[in-house]
Parts: sequence; C-alpha cells; structure tokens
Amino acid sequence: MQELIHRAKSLLESGEVSRVLGWKKGENVFDVEPAFFATAEELENFVYNGFCGANLSKYMIEASTWEGKTLVFLKPCDTYSFNQLCKEHRIDREKAYIIGVGCKGKLKAEKLGAENILDVQGAGYPDCSDTLKVTTLYGEQEVAYKDAMLERCHVCKGKEHQVYDELIGESVDTCDADRFAEVAKIEAMSPEEKFAFFQAELSKCIRCNACRNVCPACSCRKCIFDSTKFDSNQKANTTSFEEKMFHIIRAFHVAGRCTDCGECSRVCPQGIPLHLFNRKFIKDINNLYGEYQAGVDIDAKAPLTSFRTDDAEPGVGRG
Amino acid sequence: MYRIAKANLNALYAAIAASKELYLPVRSAGKTNFAAWTEGAEVDLDTLKTVRSPKDAFFPQSENLYTCDRTDGKISITPEALQEKPFVVFGMKACDVRGVAVLDKVFLSEPVDSYYAARREKGIIVSLACSRPAVSCFCQTFGIDCAAPEGDVATWMAGEYLYWLPQSEKGEALTAELAALLEETDDAAVAEEKASIAAICDRLPLKGLSLENWGAAAADKNFDSPLWEQLYKPCLACGTCTFVCPTCQCYDIKDYSTGTGVQRFRCWDSCMYSDFTMMAHGNNRTSQLQRFRQRFMHKLAYFPANNDGMFSCVGCGRCVDKCPSHLNIVKVIKAFGKEGV
Amino acid sequence: MSEPMHECKYNPGFMRDTLIPQVALITDIRTETPDVKTFRVERPEGGKLFEHLPGQCAMVCVPGVGEAMFSITSSPTNKLYQEFSIKRCGVLTEHLHSMQAGDQILVRGPYGNNFPVEGELKGKNLLFIAGGIALAPLRSVINYVLDNRENYGDIDILYGSRSADDLVQRKEIEEVWSKVPGVKVHLTIDREQEGWDGHVGFVPSYLKELAFDTNRTAILCGPPIMIKFCLQGLKEMGFAMEQVYTTLELRMKCGVGKCGRCNIGTKYVCKDGPVFRFDQVDELPNEY
Repeated sequence: MQELIHRAKSLLESGEVSRVLGWKKGENVFDVEPAFFATAEELENFVYNGFCGANLSKYMIEASTWEGKTLVFLKPCDTYSFNQLCKEHRIDREKAYIIGVGCKGKLKAEKLGAENILDVQGAGYPDCSDTLKVTTLYGEQEVAYKDAMLERCHVCKGKEHQVYDELIGESVDTCDADRFAEVAKIEAMSPEEKFAFFQAELSKCIRCNACRNVCPACSCRKCIFDSTKFDSNQKANTTSFEEKMFHIIRAFHVAGRCTDCGECSRVCPQGIPLHLFNRKFIKDINNLYGEYQAGVDIDAKAPLTSFRTDDAEPGVGRG
Repeated sequence: MYRIAKANLNALYAAIAASKELYLPVRSAGKTNFAAWTEGAEVDLDTLKTVRSPKDAFFPQSENLYTCDRTDGKISITPEALQEKPFVVFGMKACDVRGVAVLDKVFLSEPVDSYYAARREKGIIVSLACSRPAVSCFCQTFGIDCAAPEGDVATWMAGEYLYWLPQSEKGEALTAELAALLEETDDAAVAEEKASIAAICDRLPLKGLSLENWGAAAADKNFDSPLWEQLYKPCLACGTCTFVCPTCQCYDIKDYSTGTGVQRFRCWDSCMYSDFTMMAHGNNRTSQLQRFRQRFMHKLAYFPANNDGMFSCVGCGRCVDKCPSHLNIVKVIKAFGKEGV
Repeated sequence: MSEPMHECKYNPGFMRDTLIPQVALITDIRTETPDVKTFRVERPEGGKLFEHLPGQCAMVCVPGVGEAMFSITSSPTNKLYQEFSIKRCGVLTEHLHSMQAGDQILVRGPYGNNFPVEGELKGKNLLFIAGGIALAPLRSVINYVLDNRENYGDIDILYGSRSADDLVQRKEIEEVWSKVPGVKVHLTIDREQEGWDGHVGFVPSYLKELAFDTNRTAILCGPPIMIKFCLQGLKEMGFAMEQVYTTLELRMKCGVGKCGRCNIGTKYVCKDGPVFRFDQVDELPNEY
C-alpha cells in the first residue's frame, strides 16, 4: 500500500496527474470509500486492502470532463469496465493514468458480521493472510479469507489487467467456482420454481437504484426510468410486476455490455443476487454467438450490435 | 411486568393476529424485514436491524390516496379508505420508535395528514430492547436508551423469556387481551438485561459522537462550508440511505392508470434523486453536492430549527451499514465537529 | 395558512385532508398570448371552489397527466370563480392548453401565505413591477387593491414583456386598471414592434427612468434576471429591502410542507411562502 501512496505522490508532484482516484480510510476498517485526492497530504488517508471492492471506473466519466489527467487505481476486474466505458466513448483514455493494482480477492464485510466488527487483521494489502482475525463487540473469531470473499471473486475472470499504464503488486488466483453454475441451476428449475425464486428475491427491492447508479454499464445521461414522460419513474413498487420489470429491463439494457463486474450485487442493500440476470445474458450470448467478454478488446465487434448472415436467431433456429 | 416463554411466542403472535394485523421482523430470501405475520412465517427477533425500517407500518413506501374515474367527461373521486383495523408492530427497536416520533412532527402537525393519523391511531407499538447493539449504532447521541425503548409496550428478551411491560393505555389494553398468555413477574431479569445492554453501549465506538456545530444554529453557518465539496464526491446519487432511514419522510405523488381511471398514490421519494426538485422550467438543486447537502442539513439543522431542537436522525446506523460508497451521516457529523466551520 | 381549508367531505372522521382535491369545471378559457391562457374554474354545480387571499396558490391537476402549483390570478373580491393564468412550458401545461371550456380538472388549495393587503400594505402607495407571466400572482393583489381603492394610496403598475403580443391581461390593463383614479400603468416591451407606440426597453431600465421616490412599497415578480436588476435599481433609488415583496416558486407535491421538496433552508415555499419580503429572502441560503 505504501508503494501505491508513494507512486501517487510522485505522479502528483511531477504534475503528470492532477488528482488521484482511489480509496479512502473510513470510520472502520471495512467502510472504505471511493475518493479523489488532490494533494500529498490527503493521500495519507489513502487505503488499499481487502475491503476496496468498489470499482472506480465509473467515476472516470466525470473525471474525464475535468482539466488534467486523473490517476486511477484499477483492480483487474475494474479494467474490463474501464475498457467498456472507453468503447462507449463515455470516458477518455487520455485523461486517465492507470495503475493496475494486484488483487487477492475482495471481502464482503457482511460475511464477517459487519455490524459488530471493531477490527479485522489480515485484510491488508499486499500482506493479507489466509485467515482473518476479526475482533467484534462480542468477542474474537477467525474466518478463512476465502469464506469472506465477494461472490464475484470466487468466479474471478482472471487477474490480468486489460488496460493499464503501469502495474503494482501481485495477485492471487481466487477462482474456485464455475461462473455459470448458479445460472445453470436456475435454468434447471421448473417455471414455477423460477418464478418463486425471483419473486422472493425481487420483492425485497426498495427501488433505491443503487444497482443502477453503481453500474458502469448504466452510464446514460438520463435513465429511461427517470423520465417523467413515462409511467415508470415511479419510485415505489406500485405492483409486484413493476419491481421485476425494472430489473429485467435494466438487464436487457446492459446485455452485451455488462462485464460482470458484480457491483450491482455488492451494493444491493437487500442482498438480491442481481448479477444472475446479467450472467444469464452472458451465458446465452456465449452459447449463441461464441465466447465474448465485454471489456477485453475495445475494437472487437460486440455480438448484439453487429450482424452476421450466419447469426443465430434464437427461437427460429440457425439462420 | 409480565413474561412469556420464548417457546410460546408463536401462540402470542397467533393471539394478536386473531383480532389485529400483526407486523414483525420476518426473514425471507436471506434478509429480515418487517412483514405481516402468517402461520409459519420465519419470525426473526435476533437480527438487530431490519434492512428497511418499520416506518412502512405508518408511512408505507407506496399508498393510494384516491381513485379518480372519468365518465362522460365528468370526474369523480373516491378517497382511499383510512386504516380501520387495529394493528400491532412487534419488535420495533428504540431508535425506530423514536423515528415515529419524528414522523409525527411532520404528519401530525397542521394540516394533519389523515392517512398517517389513522394509522397512528390504530397502530400499537410493541418495542424490543436491543440485546446486542452494533458498531454502527449511535442512538445514544440522540438521547435514546436502547435498553428501555419507548412504545405502547416495551419488551426484553432475557434467558428463556420475553418480558413484557405495558407503557400506555393502548399497551394496557393489549396486555389485558393477551392476559391468558402472559404471567406476572418481577423486574429483576429485566434490570439485569438493562445493565448488560448498558455495559455494551459503553463500549460502542460511536458512543460520545457529538452534535456540536449542528442543530438549529447550523442552518445558516454550515450551508456554505467547503466541507460539502469533499464529502459528497463518492455519492452515487442512489436512494439507499433515504429508503432504509426510519425518519426520511419525503414523498412523491403520482398517477397509476387503472385503464378506466387513475389511481393517485404517494410513494417515498429521495432528495438524492436528480429529478427531486425539477420543474418544467427549472431546478433549484442541479448538482449532487446540493442534493447531498440538503439531506444532511435537513436532518441535522433545518429539522431541529423547525421542531424545537429535535433532530431528524435517530442513530439507527442503517445508512452507515448500507451506503454503497460508505458515506454516511456519521462522517458528515464528524467532519463538521472536527473542523468547525 | 391564513384561511381555513374546505372541510373534507370524503373523510368524515377528519376535518380535512389537504391531499384530496375538488372537481373543478373549466367555464372559460381566454387566450392571453401565444403561450399563455387564463382558465376560469368553478364547482361543477356552480360557485367558487374555496375562498383564498391575494398571492395564495392552488394545485391544479389533470388526472393521469400531472399536478402542479399555480398562483391564483383572480382576486378574492371576485365572488363567482377562480382564475389561473398558465404558461405552456411542460407536460401538464401543454395538456391544459389543449383543454376546452366544459372540461373538468381537479383543484386543491388554497395553499401558502398571502400579500399583507390588510396589514403592511394597507394605506401605502404601491408599486407593482412584473415581467411576462409573473403578472399572474400580482393580478390578484392589484384587483383586490382596486376593489378596495380607498384603503390604499397611489398605485403604479410597471409591466413588461418580450413583445406586445406577450402582455398578459392586456384588455383588463387598458380598459380597467388604467382608468381607475390614482392608478398609473407603465407598459414596456423588450424590442421595437410595429403598431406599438408605448415604451420600449427592459423592465429594470424603465424602472430607473421612472425614478420613483421611496414613499411606497414595491411588489416585484418576474424571471430571476429581471428580479436581480430591478432589485438593484430599487436599492439605488433608496428602497429598503423591507419595502419590497416578491413570490418564490419551487417544485411542490403536497402543498403543505410535508413532502419535503420546496424548502430553501428552513423555509418551505409552499407554506411559509410563496410571498416573501426581500429582507427575508436575503436570510435564506442561496438555493432558489
């Protein structure tokens, strides 16, 4: 971490970058917040540890409109989002100086019983340990690092940065599950079971829009769901249909562009596994149009925005 | 003081539900929220904080105000019926009970909101002391004692029993109705539980969080502070903090087409949303900084200025736990406390 | 709230619920300018919807389209009906402009405070300054004052708009207001126009030319830029901020200070306003 701070300070000092986009210490070890740093002094509060799950790519949309370059720290999975936003002309590659940071998996404080945590030992970077020592209001406990990881880390797309100016720090492979296993499980359900599953999950939705607002693929200047000319800018679930409609339409809107960064599920206050919708689309796209991972290659043609005469036509059969 | 064995709680719920609606914390799809009790519901009194606050019971996220029909160009209005059936909200924590007192200031002040008033009249609050307060709790800052919650009935979980203390006329009446299930007892066990809770409260990291530089006097002096510029930056402009909050009361009024007419309903709104103050010809809060500032200034300065010093925050800490960017009211309170203005 | 609101006949258990509107019949629509129409409303069975005071507002709603707050432009001294002058600028107003006399809408109110016509303004010389559609809130005061002429001193009405075609209530201004003794009307339009032999120029510069003495109370309404320069002009003439009134306008949903969106600092425009004196405006945070 000191290496990151040191490097950021020298890039600021040399004038190469005008500001730094990273993570800032919070009140507690786990409530790290995304932050812009303008001075070496402010960087004293910079932190990089197991709780820095937040994907900073989306903040680069705004930062791209400012004078000068922004030094942004990106984890391997964050770089997919960065690339995708470049592809969509929402951020300016020239306005970013990217330091790719190593990643050993990111933690979900909730899995450690966040509400009682006073301190966590072993979540630091680069020296995180296999076992986290958690001090809570009600005693100590040890938790395997792996058991406290975000879902997305178990199905990690790999620890290679897709775009960077320089790399700092080692990564550890955290992938220990099949990315599409959960989707396959739902696909195997009967229609009634599927409906019951999604009904139970989506009925928890409070329409806070956190999933949309954190989503790097949801970068529209004005969201259709915010349009006053349209009945859907209703903040409440007027009907049980509407909450489903919001999430399903959103999944359609980001299909083919979603990099599966997992931010939607990370931020949902009700713990709805929203990534499953997106992953279903990715799985289907892979099956129908060949393997495609959004955010790998800026110049690659995206399957849903290009046309080939031999394209699959689901429901019609191969064309 | 009365008590009932925890093993018998289901009978208690059934007895209440026989004549009233009963809302209590129910676990569903991995999260605990207040919901209507049904036979077989997974009641969860161990989770300290429901994701949503129980304010829904009095101020639902969405409620119809009236239905409007149009026949031959003539409009007729049928107001939604007001709450008539008595209901019990069981398991409200001290902070959430105080949250209702904050809502009262808004909805029961002239002109009284009759939809809310009817629910307040028919609603009975059975509160539950917090056996295990959490790191994000700071109700003490607002003078709330989570070991001795307000409410029509206060309850405590201790050992194998739930202890039950009526604290109002409504509470006495409910207790009388449930007399067959409750046995009288002394308050020794509750005194012990209170002492145990107090000991934990003493160790809470946010104990001593000071509201210095806040309150009515802050309405003028904190508005132009350069601190807002630093504080708001990571805000995603989502409504999580406002929708999990027990005191946020902003609402929108909207139409829902029924095919033959229009249902006019109100629903929670969030001052964090970009269209909150947007009019056809302008918007007086165009930046997220302004919207972010509005939320905290309202809770910590404007509201106390208009309500005899009462803050529109009860320290439940839900926003602390749930903000996707880990921004929260504690950070805002501290930033101003530390640096003054 | 200066006047008690109507009893709510729908919820007998409660005196009133301010969120439930009354059905209103549009009995007349006057086209004032290319984008302003004046709507006259009454109860379907005839008669006024409610009593109001000059400066108060009401929520006008077309079910399924929208609801918004408009100032009541008719004077309380009118015992037959209420009027709203509405400029076409959004979804709701667009729809209202497409409506015909005989159509029904919903109206609830009145909301907000009022110009102190029976208080601080009584016995004073009055200077009304308005631009464009902002004559709407002032018209209710002007007509109130004219109908109680003996209670007020000299009256000056300075009103301007982009062009002669954009002057709202022109007929009433020329045929009624101008003819009342002790009332001087000063009209101006922004640019020269064929057939216009009156004053040409922006309202603030005309105000300076007219050089009023400070023995009067000013009531100022218009677009923010006009307010800014008129206020500057009044200050230069020696007016104190306590001598100048205005109205503010923000997004509103409930109209009674509960939905939480029209506040400027601690004040809710819907219930503490819309009428403010400029010394009060100066105390508000700069967010309007």
